[in-house]
Amino acid sequence: MSDAAASDLLLARTVREESGKLVATLTRSFGSLDLAEEAVAEAVEEALRAWRGRGIPPQPGAWLLQAARHNALDLLRRDKGLRERLPALAERAAPAPAVDATPADIDDRLPLLFGCCHPALSPDAQLALTLRAVCGLTTAQIARATFSADSAVGQRIVRAKRKIGSAGIPLRIPEGPERAERLDIVLTIVSVMYSEAHFVAGGDAAADRDLADDALWLARVIAGALPREAEALGLLSLLAFHRAREPARAVDGALVLLRDQDRSRWDAALLAEARTVLDSAARLRRPGRWQLHAAIAACHADAPDAAHTDWLQVLTLYDMLLAYDRSPVVRLNRAVALARVEGAAVALDEVDAIEGLAGRTHLWHAVRASLLRELGRNADALAEDLLALELTANEAERRLLAERAGR
Amino acid sequence: MKYVIMFTSTPELDAAVPPERAQEVYGRVYQWFEEHDAHMVDGGAELQPVDTATTVRHGAEGPVVVDGPFTEAREAVGGFSIIEVDDLDAALALARTWPMLELPGTSVEVRPMVTDYSQFE
Repeated sequence: MSDAAASDLLLARTVREESGKLVATLTRSFGSLDLAEEAVAEAVEEALRAWRGRGIPPQPGAWLLQAARHNALDLLRRDKGLRERLPALAERAAPAPAVDATPADIDDRLPLLFGCCHPALSPDAQLALTLRAVCGLTTAQIARATFSADSAVGQRIVRAKRKIGSAGIPLRIPEGPERAERLDIVLTIVSVMYSEAHFVAGGDAAADRDLADDALWLARVIAGALPREAEALGLLSLLAFHRAREPARAVDGALVLLRDQDRSRWDAALLAEARTVLDSAARLRRPGRWQLHAAIAACHADAPDAAHTDWLQVLTLYDMLLAYDRSPVVRLNRAVALARVEGAAVALDEVDAIEGLAGRTHLWHAVRASLLRELGRNADALAEDLLALELTANEAERRLLAERAGR
Repeated sequence: MKYVIMFTSTPELDAAVPPERAQEVYGRVYQWFEEHDAHMVDGGAELQPVDTATTVRHGAEGPVVVDGPFTEAREAVGGFSIIEVDDLDAALALARTWPMLELPGTSVEVRPMVTDYSQFE
């Protein structure tokens, strides 16, 4: 890594560590997420420019806070409408959106995160706003990472944060029966954040690693703040398992399938963290889908090579997962395990049974191709690979499929 | 904050509900209004069936009167209430308990009301 790249990475991490806290703090003092977010976003842009030249100051948090406060006051001075609305916000019996007063031991980024991932916002908006307000990404960075136009991302963020203000979406960790449901939305967004980093259409396998890093970081923040939530630990474990396999998954820009990966390249420290976190989750005795996903990843991590994978255990875990998640992707992955336990013919029947749900996706065709090849139906397999190739826009996946199809 | 909550249903699906089932759910609607009376402000209304609706539409030559509701949607607004609660979560919690939601094709739309007109001055 070059010096410039290393310093950019440090810069990004510093910004990430500070910006969510600043948005929460300023939302509390000004009573407007809209204003706070804009002021912090501008401060981040200023910091990126200033720090690249002069280096990161000794107290980056204080630097950003001062810049953001200055920006907020400046925005208030310039915008008469905003100025008039704010006293009204402050005087309201229940000022919304105000960050709930949380005990000092709870990270105040969590109420902000739950607000950003409120079900009253679309999943696209939840993701964009989380990346911006909690992780401190710039609009341009979000646009690149989610393969969208800058203007579309900007609009999505503005609409989402305005809705938080005007519809009275509270920035709060929900209690009671809805808590589990709301936590699952937050965890889903973090998981999407991780996978978006890998499936950027047209991107190289090594590109956009940062978003995966952000997702792992955010999973750590959530699990750190909510250590009694088994599913939060489950997701952290899952992402740590995936991240640990990353060095073997993308080699020189090419995608390597799990069964062909050089397992000595897996990150041993991250694997150990993933296992420890999964054990802590299991001790809470509140099973859930993220823990099951992590347990499946653990089975793969435990095997010295692909041939020694405990496929019966993997299949059993997938069967349990079906109780939480019957999505075509889960059924398709289960079929891969089914092939190892009961044979390719049985698995092919299952894959054909979900054609209506998962058909016409590159993954469905690719799995079908593998099974057909195992059954010696090479011509059919080739046809399926070509269909899969046609349907994927991801450059690394295209190369892998093209190689398999001999194109 | 004040919200208008609009109760909608799908007339063709409503017709398929057995009368005694409809009666049973309807009974709980009264109970629901009693339970949440403290949050009900500024009134509200239950509307006559959608086939009684008449719409006045924009026309190039001036307003035009037509038979039927304002949209061609399958769902129709059956009534509305104005509630005052702390925030959207409280409004959604209330909307979730609307007894009619047990019947297919029903929904409740929650919309914040404009209460501060300074932004329009």
